Amino acid sequence: MAFDEQYYNIGYLDRLSYADTFVHRLDPRIKLITSLLFLFTVISFPKYEVAALFPFFLFPAILLTAGEIPLWFIVKKVAIVSPFAIFIGIFNPLLDTAPVAVLPALTVAAGWFSFASILLKFILTVSTALLLIATTSFPTVCHALRQLGMPSLFVSQLLFLYRYIFVLAEETMRIVRARDMRSFGRKGTDVKVFVRIMGVLFLRTVERAERIYFAMLARGFQGDMPTGKHYSIATRDMIFAGSVVVCLFVFRFYPVSEILGRFFQELFL
Amino acid sequence: MSHHIVDFRNVFFRYPDSTEALRDVSFRITHGEAVGIIGGNGAGKSTLLLHLNGHLLPTSGIVTIGDLHLTGKTRQEIRKKVGIVFQNPDDQLFMPTVYDDVAFGPRNLGMEEEDVRQRVHDALNLVNSFALRDKPPHHLSCGQKSAVAIATVMAMEPDILAMDEPAANLDPKSRRLLINLLTTFSHSRIIASHDLDLILDVCSRCIVIREGTVAADGPAREILSDRKLLEENNLELPLSLQRY
Amino acid sequence: MHMADALLSPAVGATMWAGSLAALGYASKKLKETIDNKTIPLMGVMGAFIFAAQMINFTIPGTGSSGHLGGGMILAIMLGPYAAFLVLASVLTVQALFFADGGLLALGCNIWNLGIYPCFLAYPLIYKPIAGKGTSTRRLSIAAIVSALIALQLGAFSVVLETLLSGKSELPLDTFLLLMQPIHLAIGLVEGFVTAGIISYVQSARPEFLESNITSRPHAAGTPVKNILIVFAIITVITGGALSWFASTHPDGLEWSIEKITRKGELAQQTQGIAAALRKVQEKTAFLPDYNFPSTSPAAGKDGKPASWPQIEPGTSVAGIVGSAIVLGLIMLIGFGIKTFKKRQS
Repeated sequence: MAFDEQYYNIGYLDRLSYADTFVHRLDPRIKLITSLLFLFTVISFPKYEVAALFPFFLFPAILLTAGEIPLWFIVKKVAIVSPFAIFIGIFNPLLDTAPVAVLPALTVAAGWFSFASILLKFILTVSTALLLIATTSFPTVCHALRQLGMPSLFVSQLLFLYRYIFVLAEETMRIVRARDMRSFGRKGTDVKVFVRIMGVLFLRTVERAERIYFAMLARGFQGDMPTGKHYSIATRDMIFAGSVVVCLFVFRFYPVSEILGRFFQELFL
Repeated sequence: MSHHIVDFRNVFFRYPDSTEALRDVSFRITHGEAVGIIGGNGAGKSTLLLHLNGHLLPTSGIVTIGDLHLTGKTRQEIRKKVGIVFQNPDDQLFMPTVYDDVAFGPRNLGMEEEDVRQRVHDALNLVNSFALRDKPPHHLSCGQKSAVAIATVMAMEPDILAMDEPAANLDPKSRRLLINLLTTFSHSRIIASHDLDLILDVCSRCIVIREGTVAADGPAREILSDRKLLEENNLELPLSLQRY
Repeated sequence: MHMADALLSPAVGATMWAGSLAALGYASKKLKETIDNKTIPLMGVMGAFIFAAQMINFTIPGTGSSGHLGGGMILAIMLGPYAAFLVLASVLTVQALFFADGGLLALGCNIWNLGIYPCFLAYPLIYKPIAGKGTSTRRLSIAAIVSALIALQLGAFSVVLETLLSGKSELPLDTFLLLMQPIHLAIGLVEGFVTAGIISYVQSARPEFLESNITSRPHAAGTPVKNILIVFAIITVITGGALSWFASTHPDGLEWSIEKITRKGELAQQTQGIAAALRKVQEKTAFLPDYNFPSTSPAAGKDGKPASWPQIEPGTSVAGIVGSAIVLGLIMLIGFGIKTFKKRQS
């Protein structure tokens, strides 16, 4: 992916996270914990499970629609995200060839089930992680982390990083544009040029850190990054958390797809 | 209120690589004065500003802010009196949201969260930016950033406000808003800039720095209309004076 | 080479999170004791630097494919191991959130694979001894290349182990290793070359930066780092051991923990009943009853179970397929409902 595209992608996601909807207003800790619970439940399914995973799409579907996040954006992000899981998963159908009868007339390799399972888990986990950040602004996530007991030094590191990603990405983008403008195809993009760009960028970054340090000192910085925000959990947060937990429990231990399918079969077939 | 003075007495400063950046600089700025610091690139303007709140300490000579001599011990105290707005708002605004950034100073002063909120509220209102409080700085325009950068310093309620190129990168309208804002303040203001029209509009007095020394010090209108002096210092007449 | 959620089992994911969290806590504590205030903003922008650097592609010599910087070694060399580890962890966290690179559960693995090895192994045990006092550019470069290479090899090896232990992939160990290690040899070489390049550039342009950072670091000696590694290893082994014991005695970890929770108190009998009923329902309705398809492939056959293939009525799987379709349809309907409701409100 080109640099500009990646940059605008983060920027877009970041802007979405500052919207004001029911999902955005939920306590960040609740969102973080329910998302983690969700992810944990999804990956806890054994490797051949396929049908039981479908009900879990309810969670991202609700975040997506109630949070007013455009579907195409998430789909696109999921599609282009690192292909590692798929790359590893595709070996399953090739290696695990035990036949499984799916329909009266159709037999497939068991590996296809485990591959489909990986694929579904992949879509569920990636889209949920993206939706979490699309509906919770990053500083809020950080405050939640601090309140949940993450080391304060790490949290202020995250906050600093978030603040300067955009500044540095723009600076880098200008340098990369200058490189591409004069590199006519391949030549300028080799490692040697990259190293020199990195060197320059590195020193500029060090100098920027010094200027920021001056600005911090000018406002009384003596080593601690102060914070003031505290979130309190409202009733709607508890209701949200409660319903998520109940759904997760039901979806994990009752094969919802299966039951519905049988019901449908008995009615119509 | 004579204690809001800034006084430089025979100040010398040498960087570790032995560049002499300030050589025998002396001047005195009294309460409520608006002073422009001008001079070519590398004349020593920024070095001078960095002495105002003790980022740099003079190699020799005495800097007095209010009733305190600047030393390693007093600089924390002096930083409460002198607010510096640096040139690049992206360096000045280092917290993830506008609110947190403006609150950074007051929180460091150990204030209660209630008082911090009041300070942030007042400071942001002063620069007409209260509506921006929950935004992250990278969602702001340049003009908004520079306004918020001023608010971050004003929230400390300094007696003296120092600025380095406050209008760099601003579009003409934002620049005009900034100038209007600066003229409403009653603090002592020290503004280092190449934007001589801005200095002319805001400042009553002007100090010209050349090679680390004070080349001229006097009423702004007088100095800024002295074509010869300005051109000797790699400067030129402000646009608004060129017509005459 | 980011580990992905979809390939992880809960036990492996939780173990790696435990290890990485312990490391985070330790590094923060250590850093707090020794940090120079000036380092706080430096760490912040260095993270942004690495983040931006990773977004630039460059051509890997001789292959024509493109790679990008990992950044672990350069951070360790410039900031020291503790600060570098925190910075790297923060970069990976932001990537997991904004790019969904890896995922939130795999983040524990990724922090371990890409953070622990360069900061706490390669830096003190390989880079430092080779680089020595840090005056000769050649030695610095060799040290950077060798340590980056080894750190990446260890990271890749861990990805292989984590994937295999999770048991979601059918890839046999040797094939997987052959797939991963050589690729990361190439990536590691480039990483080392870039790291060395940046160091020598900084050395020529701002030698005082390198010097002050190397001399002002009190924790450059080898012993404390060895202690840390031992502590991390113990934590990881204990959590890993405990979790895999749960996993083996209670095939379904989640079920076990819920049973454990619900068994407490007076409701025990009742919940026991519910759990039992639940299991009955599950047995009756389960699509692919025992879940575990014993594999016939030679590599996965190590678990020694006979290849007794469960007899499935085709009818069951039809129910599964139909049911899945209905569920998806319902979810789409719900989503659509919320959307129209929102539109009407506004």
